[in-house]
Amino acid sequence: MIVTILDIVIAGLLLGGLYALIAMGLSLQYGVARVLNISHGEFIMLGALTTWTLHRAFGINPLISLAVCGPVAFVLGFIIHRTLFKRLLTSSASPGVFESNSMLASFGLMFIIQNIALVAWGPEIRGYSYLAFPVDLGGALFGANRLVTLGFAVVIGLAFYLFLALTRTGKAVRAAAQDPATAGLMGVNIDNVLALCFGFGAAMAGIAGMLISMCYPVHGVMGLEYTIIAIIVVVLGGLGSIPGSFIGGFILGLIGSIVTYFEPGLALAAYYVIFILLLLVRPTGIMGK
Amino acid sequence: MNITRVDFKKMWGPGLLLIILVLLATLSLHASTYTVILLTSILMYVVMTVSWVIFSAPTGYISLAPAAFFGVGIYTSAILGNKLPLPIVIFVGGLASFCLALLVGALTLRLKGIYFAMFTFGLVELIKHLLLWYEIKFTGTRGRFVIVVDNNTIYHVMLIILVALLLIAYLIRRSRFGLALQSIGENEDAAAHTGINVNALKTIAFAISAVFVGAAGAIMATRWTYIDPYIAFNPLFSFMPVLMAIFGGMRRFYGPILGAAIFAYLEEILITRFPYYYMLIFGTILVVTILYLPDGLIGLIQKVQRRISGGQHANT
Repeated sequence: MIVTILDIVIAGLLLGGLYALIAMGLSLQYGVARVLNISHGEFIMLGALTTWTLHRAFGINPLISLAVCGPVAFVLGFIIHRTLFKRLLTSSASPGVFESNSMLASFGLMFIIQNIALVAWGPEIRGYSYLAFPVDLGGALFGANRLVTLGFAVVIGLAFYLFLALTRTGKAVRAAAQDPATAGLMGVNIDNVLALCFGFGAAMAGIAGMLISMCYPVHGVMGLEYTIIAIIVVVLGGLGSIPGSFIGGFILGLIGSIVTYFEPGLALAAYYVIFILLLLVRPTGIMGK
Repeated sequence: MNITRVDFKKMWGPGLLLIILVLLATLSLHASTYTVILLTSILMYVVMTVSWVIFSAPTGYISLAPAAFFGVGIYTSAILGNKLPLPIVIFVGGLASFCLALLVGALTLRLKGIYFAMFTFGLVELIKHLLLWYEIKFTGTRGRFVIVVDNNTIYHVMLIILVALLLIAYLIRRSRFGLALQSIGENEDAAAHTGINVNALKTIAFAISAVFVGAAGAIMATRWTYIDPYIAFNPLFSFMPVLMAIFGGMRRFYGPILGAAIFAYLEEILITRFPYYYMLIFGTILVVTILYLPDGLIGLIQKVQRRISGGQHANT
């Protein structure tokens, strides 16, 4: 019995670590840059397929391709924000209009990235085996790769939190999250900070993709599913709250693991039920204002 | 003389539409099967887009629920198709979507802006996964078969749905109801203060926009003959109407019709000619439209017209 509970809890935490990382990325993009980025999952997919390619073609350790996925996704995100979303921001009449326009533009982005990936990698489902040996945790067995994933998610989450809390750029990001216009008046280079946030979000998605490729099979159209999970976690944690997203990811992971134990077919449906209930009862989330 | 000129100007739009509709209605007498099937798809997209525009264009709420209503129509057809005559099945499909929209609207239209979009998107996925679970657990199969109806009948039914929809959409636009929706979109609080029952009107408009999508789903299901939750509740059916409406331009009545017709035809050509790149082209069109054509194709046409007519109405 205790082993079963431990089993469910640890599986939930393992899943939750990934969710937390994905959601923190989206939270940065939506909470600060105000872009509900539907193409978030596509950056995850790009990270995953890049890692797979590097591993297969050059035998590079997936953990080392972190040094590729993160920066490349960051630069990509930064450029996309500076060109596409910056332009939309100046042409939109109000923040509300910008939110809907940028969401629709990110739909377009999703189609574009997905199509490029399908051309480049094809529609096959791919996977590789890395650190796939079991580890005994108090009687419950888990793959070493999944434990590594959790470790990475936590380390990156904490590192980013410290970055926000302690550095000058982090302070600028927090100021921009509260009120972009006023932050600009106080001498924050708002265009740069928003693009930076979008880039960081993309980088987290890329890294999450690398971690996902270690544990799950990956393919060109995997993105949307993760985007939806990220949106649910971000709403759960409170729009714009990064610690909220981090905690929300683990909560959703635990819920998923519990539901999967009783009725495997209903895990995704349970996520949506929670999502819909949240929107109806408490749209500000657990850590929202 | 002045009156007749104004009348003529007002009449040529609906007149042209009437001529096109008559042509479309008699088309199946001499056209090939391929043309009929292609036109059915185009009409389906026009129905979905105009329906979407009824609610979302004046109020500014982005609904990603069309796929849910479409799927409800499809499943109505799959469940009742061999038990009831076709017109009743289609009517029930529309009615079921209407009821779902009433329920969803009453629950969620208090949500503002982006939350509503997220909710409606979640709704499609929720129904899909619940249905999939139910089918596998209780009926033991994933998909269902739908009765076969011949292509000409499907085409004509779709045309009838479209005509009814255009009539309703036009009447709503011209009525106090349409005006109230417009004022909700411009400033919801101010609309409420002038005595408009904001939530009730939004819910009714949302439900009306669902009827025709459900009916279209019920008739389209007969063409596919086999359906499962992934086919019926495909999120693409939510994105497409939005895309097409934006592409056409929502300021004018004809914008979404034009956008849907062109886009649907484009989809057909792209899928057959460039099957590996058509999503890429779609995405690019969407991004370019949002960036450079905020009023869509209609806006572009008007701009060109204005330039040709020498800037007489430069400030209108």
